[in-house]
Formats: sequence, C-alpha cells, structure tokens
Amino acid sequence: MSLIETRTTSAMLYLDGVHVSFDGFHAINNLSLTLEPGEMRAIIGPNGAGKTTMMDIITGKTKPDKGEVVFDGSVDLTKLDETEIATLGIGRKFQKPTVFESQTIEDNLLLALNVDHRVRGTLFWRRSEPESKRIDRVLEIIKLGDARDRLAGNLSHGQKQWLEIGMLLAQDPKLLLVDEPVAGMTDVETQQTAELLKEINSHDKTVVVVEHDMTFVRELGVKVTCLHEGTVLAEGTIDDVSANERVVEVYLGR
Amino acid sequence: MTPHILTRSLNRGALIFLLVVAAAGILLPLSNLLLPESSALHVPTYLISLFGKYVCYAILALSIDLIWGYCGILSLGHGAFFALGGYAMGMYLMRQIGSRGVYGNPILPDFMVFLNYKALPWYWYGFDHFWFAALMVLLVPGLLAFCFGWLAFRSRVTGVYLSIITQAMTYALLLAFFRNDFGFGGNNGLTDFKDILGFNVQAEGTRAALFMLSCLALAIGFLICRSVVTSKLGKVLIAIRDAESRTRFLGYRVESYKLFVFTLSACMAGVAGALYVPQVGIINPGEFAPGNSIEAVIWVAVGGRGTLIGAALGAIVVNYAKTVFTSGPLAPYWLFMLGAMFVLVTLLLPKGIVGTVNAWLEPWKAKRLSRNAESAAREDGVIKPNMAE
Repeated sequence: MSLIETRTTSAMLYLDGVHVSFDGFHAINNLSLTLEPGEMRAIIGPNGAGKTTMMDIITGKTKPDKGEVVFDGSVDLTKLDETEIATLGIGRKFQKPTVFESQTIEDNLLLALNVDHRVRGTLFWRRSEPESKRIDRVLEIIKLGDARDRLAGNLSHGQKQWLEIGMLLAQDPKLLLVDEPVAGMTDVETQQTAELLKEINSHDKTVVVVEHDMTFVRELGVKVTCLHEGTVLAEGTIDDVSANERVVEVYLGR
Repeated sequence: MTPHILTRSLNRGALIFLLVVAAAGILLPLSNLLLPESSALHVPTYLISLFGKYVCYAILALSIDLIWGYCGILSLGHGAFFALGGYAMGMYLMRQIGSRGVYGNPILPDFMVFLNYKALPWYWYGFDHFWFAALMVLLVPGLLAFCFGWLAFRSRVTGVYLSIITQAMTYALLLAFFRNDFGFGGNNGLTDFKDILGFNVQAEGTRAALFMLSCLALAIGFLICRSVVTSKLGKVLIAIRDAESRTRFLGYRVESYKLFVFTLSACMAGVAGALYVPQVGIINPGEFAPGNSIEAVIWVAVGGRGTLIGAALGAIVVNYAKTVFTSGPLAPYWLFMLGAMFVLVTLLLPKGIVGTVNAWLEPWKAKRLSRNAESAAREDGVIKPNMAE
C-alpha cells in the first residue's frame, strides 16, 4: 500500500490516461478526468460508453491496464482493493439498487455506518446515542422513518434507490459515486432526488453522478462530462455539452 | 439502548430450546440412574448413548448452520473437523488404556505394537494428558480451518467451488487416515477404550455424565452462535451471504469475517466429535467420508437453514429416522429415503421445518407486535384512545 506519497494534485479525484480492455474490447480508452474537492459532476453518455467501468476502476473492482487514478491528491487507488478504498471514504450507489433485502431498513443503514468495520469491533459493537440519532436523521432525510422495521426487499424500486442513497449518507464518505439514481422514479421523486444530491453536495462532499435522464442532469445544474467509447467526448455546462455536434451525434440524437 | 449481549440473544424460541435441552440433559440421565429397570419411565443405557450421539450431531449441525445459514458458506467437508476433534479425543482415550491392551505395552497402543512401531510418534506426545487433548480438540480443527479458509477466502473462492474444495479436503484426510503408516490406526481407527478421566467409559454413570456434558456443550454452542448472529457481526454475515461484493464496497473485509466464522464453526465441530467418540466407542477414517458431511448438510436443510434451532432439530429428527429405518426391514432403502427426504424438503418445505413454522407464525407475531406498539403509543399519549380506530 502506498498511502503516503508526495501530493501530486489538489484534486479530490484525478484520472489520467486510464486504459482498460476486456478480451480486446477497449472499455476505457485514455480517460482523463479531474474533480475538485466539493465539486459535483454529472457524467452522461450512451450505453457502453464506460461510465460504470469508470466507477469500477475508482472503487477498486476493476484494475486499469494503464494510467493513474489518484484520490484526495495523494492516494493511488490502483493499488488498493474495494475494502481499503471504501474505508478511505469513497462510497458508491449501484446502477441496480443493491440493498440487503433480507434485513430491515434500519439494519441496512446500521451496516453502512462508518464505524469500526473490523471483525472484533463489529462483534462487540453497541450503538451509541449519537449513532442512533444519525440513523434517525438519515431515515428522516430519505423519508423512510415509518418503515424502519420493514425488510428492505419489500420496498419499491424508488424507495430502494433512496435507501441506497441513505446508506451513502450513513457511510459519510468524502467522495460519492452515484450510478443512475433516478432510474424508475416518478417526476416528483426525480426532482426530490436532485434536491437531495444538491443538499449532500453543499456539505462539502464531492459527488459524481452518472445519469441518462437529461431533465435530471439539467436540474442538478453542474458541470457535465460526456463519455463515448471510453473517453471524454465533451465537458462543460449542460448547454455547452448539449450543443456539441459530436455529443448530439452519438448520444442525444438529432 | 442496545440490550446486553446475552439478553439480546435470548428470544422466546431460544429460551424454549435451552429449556428443552436442559430438561433432556437432566431428566434422561436421572431416570437412567435412579429409576429401577422395571419402571416404565426408566431410560436404558443404550438409549442414553444413542441420544448422546444425536446431541453431538446436533452440535455439528449448529456449526454448519452458522456458516451456511448465516454466511452462505456451504461446507461439504465439515465432517473433517468433527473427525479431527474425535481423533484428538480418541488419542487421549488410547493413551489411557496403558498396559491393559491386548499386547500389554504400557506406552504403545495395540495397533502400533501390531505394526511394529518402536517408539511413540512425536505427534502422540502430550495426549496422555486430558487438558492437552482437550486443547487439541479445539486447536487442530481450528488451525486447519484457519489455514484452509485463509487461502480460500483470500482468493475469493465462493459458492460451488468452495463446496468442492471442502469435499476434496475431507477426502484427502480420509485417504491419509486410512494409511497404516500415518500413525492413527489406519483402517481400524482407534477403539477398545477403557477410561476417561479415570472413569470407565462403559459404566452407566460415565455414559450419563457424557450425555449431560453433550447437552451442556449443545447449550453453550447454541448460546455462542446466538450471540454471534444477533450481534452486528451477524448482520454483516447475512449481508455477505446476500450481497458479498456490496458488503466490500461498504468497507468490510469480507474474507476476515468468513475466516472468523469458519474457524469458530470448525472448533465447534471438533468439540462435537470429541464428545461423540467416547459415547460410540470408536473413531475411524470412515468419519471423514464425504457422504457424512453431505448428510450433515441435509440435517440442516431439513430442520431449517439459518434458524440454529432448526439445525439441531434436523440433526435429531433425521438421525432418529435413520435409527428406526436402518434397524428394520427397510434398512436397504435408507439411502433412498434420505435422498427422498432431501428432495421433498427442498420442494415442499424450502425453509425447513423451523423456517416453515416461523412463516406460519409470522402473521400472528406481527399482530402481537403491532398491538404492543399501539398500546405503548396509547400510554405515551401519542394516540388518543377514542381516535385509535
């Protein structure tokens, strides 16, 4: 582990010249991306553009063949595994909502809470008053307070999405990777999710949101990166990106 | 707010289970020792030993349920840990024979004299002390499980691949223990035991005491499992079972959790084996047979995976059925019946006996819970009585 290295960048997340190929298919091709601390970034792009693979690389699920991935200015993420990366303070919401279905909503949040995650600490762990309050607070934010004892598997798709965002809140990471948070949500829920993410971002959290829903991306009102064939096609405000010839061609359609 | 670890692990079902085990552990030996043989309530000694054997199987089943039911690790080689615990106890019992063996050698057990051993192999040293053997009962299965698990879990071997290598592990041990020059009695194993801690293993009193100890071990094992599964660690285990990679992304080191629970489970299986051997009077390599381990998994499936009580119940029910059917005219068909039982349980009772009963009780429990919550709310003045409807 090379946790202590010379600080190379002021960025919270820094990807440079990243390549990944699976059986000859270039999923990520010379991808470079920089996120400043406290920034929120929306990532758009057609299917197969490499959005999820990019998240896999950042969270340690996939190792890049080439390139640099640096977190918080100094930590080389390519040398760490999923657990170490999560412990550093990188949280992830998956494209398909992944909650622990056979456990209650409250237990899902409890599992996400950023306390000692080692075996012994977990075996003898007892919930303290501030931790209970935090869980209550998260339940309130994600509007599942009345359902805390229900099994997560019985939630609707939209509620699962929110529970997973709630788990991110309980985890309290520095960097949040949010993959398609509004898939399967109604317009009102989409609107609320945008508000929620903006609220999270306003508390000094760096957020990466991958989303197809252009209304939602517009709602966020942040810098947009469009990926195509594993590389950055365009970057800028939503209006700039939407006006870009190439983006219209490969993604938005004429 | 979180209740104490013991009170948390004791719900109604757990208390009932412990009471039944305690009652059996006390009443059966008492009736065996105190009541005259003519009494209708007298329990003959052979039954005490038979039930003692079931109780040991129940401990083995608990250990399997802990890893399979709660953490999704399907070990098809848990009989190996059971047998290793049994061999450790068997070695102690062999050393207790002393010069009373057929060949009268004060140091070497009969099979070593027969196989022309000149001296006691080094790995038999210390087994003349009970404390050393007792330590090995825990350490040998525990260490094997730790090394095996460290390699397997770190390499992220899961699912059916893990099951296959556990089978390979127990099969390799079976072959090793079959060899005469391995130093554990080869094909015949260890038998012809005389004393345990100075008491005659055949005596009624010793048998009753061993049965009591087995029940005590079952109760303690159950309490350990309950406190593990009701702790936050238990929630992490279930999380690993249901969504292993998601658990990693929350910052849990999955392999450490698996290693902990796998090693704990192997130690429990070892204790079960150690209590089993003096009650059945023999330990041989047959205990390593892959079929035994698979049978133990069937007990858990029949009783109800992930319920602990179900595992113990399943072990006792299936083995009782085995005793009944293999001693009558149906004996040749026992394996077909076992197979049919597994198929039927999978098809008709996928949650096992206890899981199915729990599902039946669910609506009733929920009603009681909501009634309690409502009356609590009423007391708190949250709901006004006349507006509750």
